[in-house]
Amino acid sequence: MNIRNTLLAGAAVLALAAGSAQAKELTFGFQGDANSMDPYNLNETFTLGFMANIYEGLIRRGPNLEIEPALAESWEIVEPTRWRFHLRKGVKFHGGEDFTADDVLFSADRVRGDGSDLKTRLAGVTDIIKVDDYTVDFVTEAANPILHFEWATWGIMSKTWAEKNGAVSAQSATGDQENFATRNANGTGPFKLLSREADVQTVAVANPDWWDNANKEHNLTKVTLKPIGSDATRVAALLSGQVDMAYPIPVQDMNRVDSNSGTTMLVGPELRTIFLGMDQHRDELLYSNIKGKNPFKDIKVREAMYRAIDVEAIKKKVMRGLSEPSALMVAPGINGSDPAFTRLELDVDLAKKLLDDAGYPDGFEVGMDCPNDRYVNDEAICQAVVSMLAKIGIKVNLLAQPKALYFKKVLAPSLDTSFYLLGWTPGSFDSWNPLFNLHGCYDADTGNGKFNLGRYCNPEVDALTAKVLSETDAVKRNAMIRDAWVHTTRDIAYIPLHQQALAWGARDGVNVKQRADNQFAWRHVTMD
Amino acid sequence: MIAFVIRRLFQALLVMLVVALIGFTMFRYVGDPVAQMVGQDTSLEDRAKLRQDLGLNDPVPLQFARFIGNTVQGKFGISYRIGRPVDELLADRLPATLELSLLAALFAIVVGVPLGVYTGLYPRRWLSHVFLTVSLIGISLPTFVIGILLILLFGVTLGWLPTFGRGETVDIGLWDTGLLTVSGWQSIIMPAFTLGMFQLALIMRLVRSEMLEVLRTDFVKFARARGLSNRAVHFGHALKNTLVPVITITGLQVGSLIAFAIITETVFQWPGMGLLFLQAIQFVDIPVMSTYLILVAFIFVAINLVVDLLYYVVDPRLRVERSGGGH
Repeated sequence: MNIRNTLLAGAAVLALAAGSAQAKELTFGFQGDANSMDPYNLNETFTLGFMANIYEGLIRRGPNLEIEPALAESWEIVEPTRWRFHLRKGVKFHGGEDFTADDVLFSADRVRGDGSDLKTRLAGVTDIIKVDDYTVDFVTEAANPILHFEWATWGIMSKTWAEKNGAVSAQSATGDQENFATRNANGTGPFKLLSREADVQTVAVANPDWWDNANKEHNLTKVTLKPIGSDATRVAALLSGQVDMAYPIPVQDMNRVDSNSGTTMLVGPELRTIFLGMDQHRDELLYSNIKGKNPFKDIKVREAMYRAIDVEAIKKKVMRGLSEPSALMVAPGINGSDPAFTRLELDVDLAKKLLDDAGYPDGFEVGMDCPNDRYVNDEAICQAVVSMLAKIGIKVNLLAQPKALYFKKVLAPSLDTSFYLLGWTPGSFDSWNPLFNLHGCYDADTGNGKFNLGRYCNPEVDALTAKVLSETDAVKRNAMIRDAWVHTTRDIAYIPLHQQALAWGARDGVNVKQRADNQFAWRHVTMD
Repeated sequence: MIAFVIRRLFQALLVMLVVALIGFTMFRYVGDPVAQMVGQDTSLEDRAKLRQDLGLNDPVPLQFARFIGNTVQGKFGISYRIGRPVDELLADRLPATLELSLLAALFAIVVGVPLGVYTGLYPRRWLSHVFLTVSLIGISLPTFVIGILLILLFGVTLGWLPTFGRGETVDIGLWDTGLLTVSGWQSIIMPAFTLGMFQLALIMRLVRSEMLEVLRTDFVKFARARGLSNRAVHFGHALKNTLVPVITITGLQVGSLIAFAIITETVFQWPGMGLLFLQAIQFVDIPVMSTYLILVAFIFVAINLVVDLLYYVVDPRLRVERSGGGH
């Protein structure tokens, strides 16, 4: 009897061991959590990237951000303002519902409806027409060559599921009711949501019925997100093997992760550009000792500041080598980025002379706004800028504060800043977005230049930006983008600093593909 | 007695109201929730609409009145960040915080009182000096430093204990406990130690000085003269007389353990209310912040009430005065 029990127990242990050899369970730590399981809730990199593993769009982005067909097998431009998408047949949602054109139409309504933060996905789309169950036409106001560029993060939801569970519109910020989609998900993607505990853990399992399983790269069976807010704790969790992968790793800990046996760093340039903006609109600067005029309106002053800031020193001292100084407001990898542009050279003497010429031989005083919890080492970068500008006599009074306060102060409608640091990644990976948002003449009513906090304005750039939007010929379009960048860099509309580096840490044996947009796509992960 | 409790409950309401008011006036300086709630591409118009819908454009007194009105009806609003009703969210997090704080308090008392007695009875022994020195470290090192050092030593270098989180939890009806699983116990050791360290040092030093005081009093001398055993003198008479201040302080400290577990919870990613509150501040999640503050005010008042009631148990004189009120 005893022997038999022992044997049985032994067999059970063996079976378990065999089972766990098959199971590839990835646990990863991130500094925050996806805010909601509703894919339209927040237009923010982490939430979008997380949900893209569960909900798929008509297109998807590959490891190098190339556009691949996903729920749409192919598409064509029927007329300049009419795009036709042929949907993939035989795709099922996790709940078993068939994917058809009705779901696309429903998702289009939902993404443009109340509570959605992804309304821009269909900006300029006037009509969506179901041609048949697997063909959908998108009619646009004007020709738009980049219509589908951001659709990888417009996940298609099931109409039946949403209607059945009362999740027809996205979670509203007001009211007392929780939306069903806030904690439940039903996409078509490679992973299915298993459980969701906000701030504790969110678990997904591989979808055995995924349409692309024949070509799948990953060998995961389960993925667990553990949000770990404190940097030191997140690094410790990775070093101790409690998580298989963690990001972001603070720059000061990267050597530890690399030198630790069993963990490695993955470092790559991010698409976000960090830059300094200057108020070129007000007749008198805020927080300055110069009264009655605005020194930043004078290009000589802007050039002097540009030439006084040593980005290489920032790279070496502040970023510990983990930044790529940038001449443009878009990173390499963004359509329209061009290595032919170069930064103005560092030249403190020339900078002093320029200030002299501009009529500020003794420099001037100005206030600077800076976040201290938004970008990699943001406050330290600002401090470095302060000391560099002090060398040419510009006394900068730095106000570094948490992003909640910083954004309230500097963003429209208050625009309460004269000199600030900001970062920008165009979600479409195309230059039009930063041209429109950061360089367009500020107009609160049309939304033109809504993040142009310094209100730089060059009508020629605006005209080019408008043409870029509707030009469908790629070569002509890129030439226009180039023209626009020539104007803005000549005007010194901004002082671009650098692209910060992505810093992911992973346990050895976990093979991860790092995407430059800092989204973590689990379908490219394999575990040994 | 009942009148006393009722009076206390009224005071509690007043305290909660004042806390809510102060909290609300401070929220204006925390920042703008709208910038956190939408992505960078959201239009200015949509932002303005959201701000309007949330009532952020209204004057603070009006926002406050609306909040109190909703609270009285049991409507705590919905978290700006997670999109879940705040009362559910706090109820989810409460077990984690209570388990952590109570265990920390228990640890502080169970270890702190005997150490205090020992150092009080034998002030000159070398072991007493060791305890006192260590307790000085406990008082002077900031919580997050202790926490991170522990994580590095026991989590990373030795690999004995988990570095973060609560481990596996078991749902026992209303309560989601981590105290029924091995990983749950492993996970709670370091946070509870970190959180309890300061209280331990405090209690130990308090008991010690009280003991030194009491041992010098006449009734202890008489007790010895009566030939009572050392044990009876030390624990039956001396210790009992040191307990009133110790209970007061411990009670207050349990309140602050719950309220200020924030740092420990953050360092260990402990999914309690403190962590939720800290994230709420970063996000400017006003519904969560305001409800949390009121809840903490309530906990403080409730604990003080319990402490006051405990006096009656420990100090017979209070009972005599009350019951003998008639003569």
